[in-house]
Amino acid sequence: MAKRIDVSGLSAFYGNHKAIDDISMTIEPRSVTAFIGPSGCGKSTFLRTLNRMHEVTPGGRVEGKVLLDDENLYGANVDPVAVRRTVGMVFQRPNPFPTMSIFDNVAAGLRLNGTVKKSELGDVVERSLKGANLWNEVKDRLNKPGSGLSGGQQQRLCIARAIAVEPQVLLMDEPCSALDPISTLAIEDLIGELKERFTIVIVTHNMQQAARVSDRTAFFNLAAVGQPGKLIEIDETERIFSNPSVQATEDYISGRFG
Amino acid sequence: MSHVIQDRPVRSATPATLTRGGLPRWAPAGIAALSAALGCGIGLAADLHSKVQWGLLAAILFVLITYTASSVVENRRQAKDRVATSMVWVCFVLAVVPLLSLIWTTVSRGLKVLDAYFLTHSMKGVVGFQPGGGVYHALLGTIEQVLLATLIAAPIGLLTAVYLVEYGRGSLAKAVTFFVDVMTGIPSIVAGLFILTTWNLMLGFGPSGFAGSMALAILMMPVVVRSTEEMLKLVPNELREASLALGVPKWRTILKVVLPTAIGGIATGVMLAVARITGETAPIMLLVFGSQLINNNPFEGAQSSLPLYIWEQYKVGSADSYDRAWAAALVLIAFVMILNLVARGIARWKAPKTGR
Repeated sequence: MAKRIDVSGLSAFYGNHKAIDDISMTIEPRSVTAFIGPSGCGKSTFLRTLNRMHEVTPGGRVEGKVLLDDENLYGANVDPVAVRRTVGMVFQRPNPFPTMSIFDNVAAGLRLNGTVKKSELGDVVERSLKGANLWNEVKDRLNKPGSGLSGGQQQRLCIARAIAVEPQVLLMDEPCSALDPISTLAIEDLIGELKERFTIVIVTHNMQQAARVSDRTAFFNLAAVGQPGKLIEIDETERIFSNPSVQATEDYISGRFG
Repeated sequence: MSHVIQDRPVRSATPATLTRGGLPRWAPAGIAALSAALGCGIGLAADLHSKVQWGLLAAILFVLITYTASSVVENRRQAKDRVATSMVWVCFVLAVVPLLSLIWTTVSRGLKVLDAYFLTHSMKGVVGFQPGGGVYHALLGTIEQVLLATLIAAPIGLLTAVYLVEYGRGSLAKAVTFFVDVMTGIPSIVAGLFILTTWNLMLGFGPSGFAGSMALAILMMPVVVRSTEEMLKLVPNELREASLALGVPKWRTILKVVLPTAIGGIATGVMLAVARITGETAPIMLLVFGSQLINNNPFEGAQSSLPLYIWEQYKVGSADSYDRAWAAALVLIAFVMILNLVARGIARWKAPKTGR
């Protein structure tokens, strides 16, 4: 199910502006890797290069290699649509499709790709909603619009939608930043369960969250505003938070940043 | 030297008390009634003929009395606020009065001959200045021509807007936007003459409803492009990204996520464009030619249409033809209004749902 990600020498641009510079790292399968760092340091941009969503932004451009097991995502004949089916994504703000019901939202990826028979759709939807810990809350109103749910429920709906297409890797871009502590806890628990099946990469501004959910943590920083963001270090989460090898990491984590 | 500044007393921004004098809740209504009465009174006393002058007097008095009363009883800030509010009301009334007057005139004069017979018969064998006859052939012509024009213009306009919003980058998109803007300004008679020279004179076709539809489509297209473009721009980018991140190809994302989210607004925009072309007379006059008989086939032979019928009947100049013209005008207004209601229904039915 889950795949290893191997990034080497990756830089990303917006037009002529270099947003991240020469990043190399390895992300282990069936683990949670957290990205932390100040705003504008390129965490989200880097995350979006991992499923070729960066190039959706006008002017977005990438140099370098991202190997998924042994396949380069930026190779010559790679279809970005196929990449995104393999590497799913959950966004910062919950974004269920407003014209669709809860059921249709979860089924959207499968239905729009035409990969699943109608009879199996119900099972997949139930499995995905159970996987996202949302089934018990919505099973009686699957035909109601998804936008009627609370923020935390909507975000879990989006997670259900992402895992319904059975990706290998799940990217999460600050999935809890718009949510209250209880919904955040629900999502964090969910991440713990999901890592049994998926490789998870999560961007977060909340360092306690990174410490709670992740196995490995990567710290990003930028030299100054307008400069490209860089990977400072990546290590076991415990080490990053107790005894990081770079001074800047310790400054950031202990709040002595800047 | 350095102590001079400190000696100056500082005026505090905090008011001494939080309460203030206030006009009663009914004051705006009272002032409106008073100024209306005054306007009529002055109008009568000064022997002003036009009722429009009475109304304008009342409007000016309304603003003035509001300002005076408020600045005496309340304070200046409150007075300015009330003046702004009263101006908005005056402008609203000024905008609504012509509309109501138009509807009233059309309905009161149009109802005289409007009945089932009028709606189901043509002008066949009816002499222009005599009573009788009906509007069926013109109504049929309008429906067919507008339908054909919509079938031509709506898909082209929709696809153009999708191109501009979802794909268009660089000089081609800029050029398309520019020419759509230019098209918006084309007078209807020019669109009619264009089709007349190409379709009728160069290619040698006779007058037909279809020729008129093509001219109407030219007028309709830029309106559809513009309104659809605005609606598509309103669709949040997050929805597109959510769909793309699920591994849905871009064209399916547009078809299944973007367009359904915007369909309500798009339908309204198309209907507004339809309403705009339904009242066009000039291209119909040139290309459809007008007819007193029922012609079901929009692709061959002259047809009629409601605006053209109104013009023809008014030109005859007898009391009976005037009645028919007003009744046809009422039918035209009702036709457009029904289309608008249908569009609103579609928009409400298809709009993104928020219920629990």
